[in-house]
Amino acid sequence: MLPFLKVEQVNKSFARGAATTEVLRNINLTISRGEYVSIIGHSGCGKSTLLNLIAGLAKITTGGIILDNREVNEPGPDRAVVFQNHSLLPWLTTYQNVKLAVDKVFSQSKSRSERHTWTMHNLELVQMVHAKDKLPAEISGGMKQRVGIARALAMEPKVLLLDEPFGALDALTRAHLQDSVMQIHARLGNTVIMITHDVDEAVLLSDRIVMMTNGPSATIGEVLDVPLPRPRKRLELSSDPTYLRSREAVMRFLYERHRAPSLQAA
Amino acid sequence: MTAQSAHNLVADSLGSPAAAPAAARSPDAQVIAFNPPRAPLGERVWISAQGWFAAIVPPILVLLALLFIWELAFSDPKSSLPPPSKVWQDSKDLIVDPFFVNGPQDIGLGLRVMTSLQRVIMGFGLAAIVGVLLGALVGQSVWAMRGLDPIFQVLRTVPPLAWLPISLAAFRDANPSAIFVIFITAIWPIIINTAVGIRNIPQDYRNVAAVLRLNHLEFFWRIMIPAAAPYIFTGLRIGIGLSWLAIVAAEMLTGGVGIGFFIWDAWNSSRLSDIVVALVYIGVVGFVLDRIVAGIGHLATRGTQAT
Ligand SMILES: Nc1ncnc2c1ncn2[C@@H]1O[C@H](COP(=O)(O)OP(=O)(O)OP(=O)(O)O)[C@@H](O)[C@H]1O
Ligand SMILES: [Mg+2]
Repeated sequence: MLPFLKVEQVNKSFARGAATTEVLRNINLTISRGEYVSIIGHSGCGKSTLLNLIAGLAKITTGGIILDNREVNEPGPDRAVVFQNHSLLPWLTTYQNVKLAVDKVFSQSKSRSERHTWTMHNLELVQMVHAKDKLPAEISGGMKQRVGIARALAMEPKVLLLDEPFGALDALTRAHLQDSVMQIHARLGNTVIMITHDVDEAVLLSDRIVMMTNGPSATIGEVLDVPLPRPRKRLELSSDPTYLRSREAVMRFLYERHRAPSLQAA
Repeated sequence: MTAQSAHNLVADSLGSPAAAPAAARSPDAQVIAFNPPRAPLGERVWISAQGWFAAIVPPILVLLALLFIWELAFSDPKSSLPPPSKVWQDSKDLIVDPFFVNGPQDIGLGLRVMTSLQRVIMGFGLAAIVGVLLGALVGQSVWAMRGLDPIFQVLRTVPPLAWLPISLAAFRDANPSAIFVIFITAIWPIIINTAVGIRNIPQDYRNVAAVLRLNHLEFFWRIMIPAAAPYIFTGLRIGIGLSWLAIVAAEMLTGGVGIGFFIWDAWNSSRLSDIVVALVYIGVVGFVLDRIVAGIGHLATRGTQAT
């Protein structure tokens, strides 16, 4: 397949006064259309930084990112982000939060009533129609995250960027949402990049898992293919040999070869 | 809410077939109506009556006690200030009818307050608009802050009345001068609080705006104003209080029919009882103004807290 998203020789340093810290070094990554890629690594290694670079929310120090033959250098709705802490606007209802994105992205191409229908359609996709007139403060964490996903999907992005989308949720809610995301990915065929801390989540959802070394100057240590057929069912997978092998490979990377910095010191 | 969340729990259960369109409800979904038992009407009325009672009775009791002490302390005919009974005798007309008109300078205190309020509303309204815009600029732009903030910090310490002579010289008329004094008094807390509110807008909201490519105007209305609303209203509340303080002082000097000049006039003709009544008016109106701004703020910032 043709490369859809290409991250080439990307370095990222933060400058504070005279001191600069290099967070990412020599990141190379190629992702094809419709692929589901997870990024996993220890806390603070630079996963969010990499995602922000792809989103255009942070400036690349050297190197380049190309999406669909165009260089990425500013944020835009073709790279919708689902942030770690949902970041819905608290003064807008669920519906209005999604509608804001729809109105902005489709101001030219869709009529008023089409935008309404499209907003409702995306709320339906994440099963949140029933709470469309609630403020974010009035719904649960899992529901907020759903709305955040609906808002991102509604932009019809070329790439969906998920920064630990389920990190703050309890295990049960997390499982529901993982299933929802798998369904949506199967239906719409989006290209997805997801950051996660959770090995099982990475193996369950991804086509490929990108494992990052510890910072500073973190880079991609290894990329693992997960050749499990879709649709995947979590219960059947728990004893699937491919699943177990993939899981073990990630675990080995994280806990044997690239242990968390604090653990190494201990 | 309760019925819906019950519904949601069932609809979202793991049992829903993974490949089915997410929109389709799983067959076992059902609405479980849950109506919390509501207390009978009589009981609810009683409870809210109790609440009112608790809020109103203590201040009334304290007020009565204070009036009583005041009466005792100044009951001597030679005392320097009038006791409540004398205030009532002297100024009964002012107390019972706020809106009488007996001539151009002999009008009820309600009407005087209205005149003062008009000036406050104009001055404060202008201060609110200009203050929020300047505050947004200072909060958003580092260079605007570096340039303007020190100047604001100096200017805001100038007492309201110190602006009056220069304002009279500039406008050559009492009314616009008074309005200007209100404006210049009220604007600083509005600017400063708005700027703080805008500086505190979480990076997440800015990121959302960036991903959506909101333009400056959209960003101002859709993100800045609602996100900073709690701060803005804090500024507005301080501002309205200062305005009310300033108008009374300004009117003492500029004359006219406002409540401030009334006090000055009463002092010059030794009508102490009238002054006491006017003070009560000023206090009550100031309190009501504060409550109104706080109330609007409360309505306008619903949802912005507690996320
Ligand atoms: N704006 C910034 N200025 C300076 N340093 C930064 C900035 N943002 C991130 N960093 C540094 O870059 C490193 C990587 O941060 P990043 O947020 O990308 O980590 P992460 O892998 O997402 O961690 P976590 O899993 O905990 O979210 C950290 O050491 C952090 O201190
Ligand atoms: Mg992160």
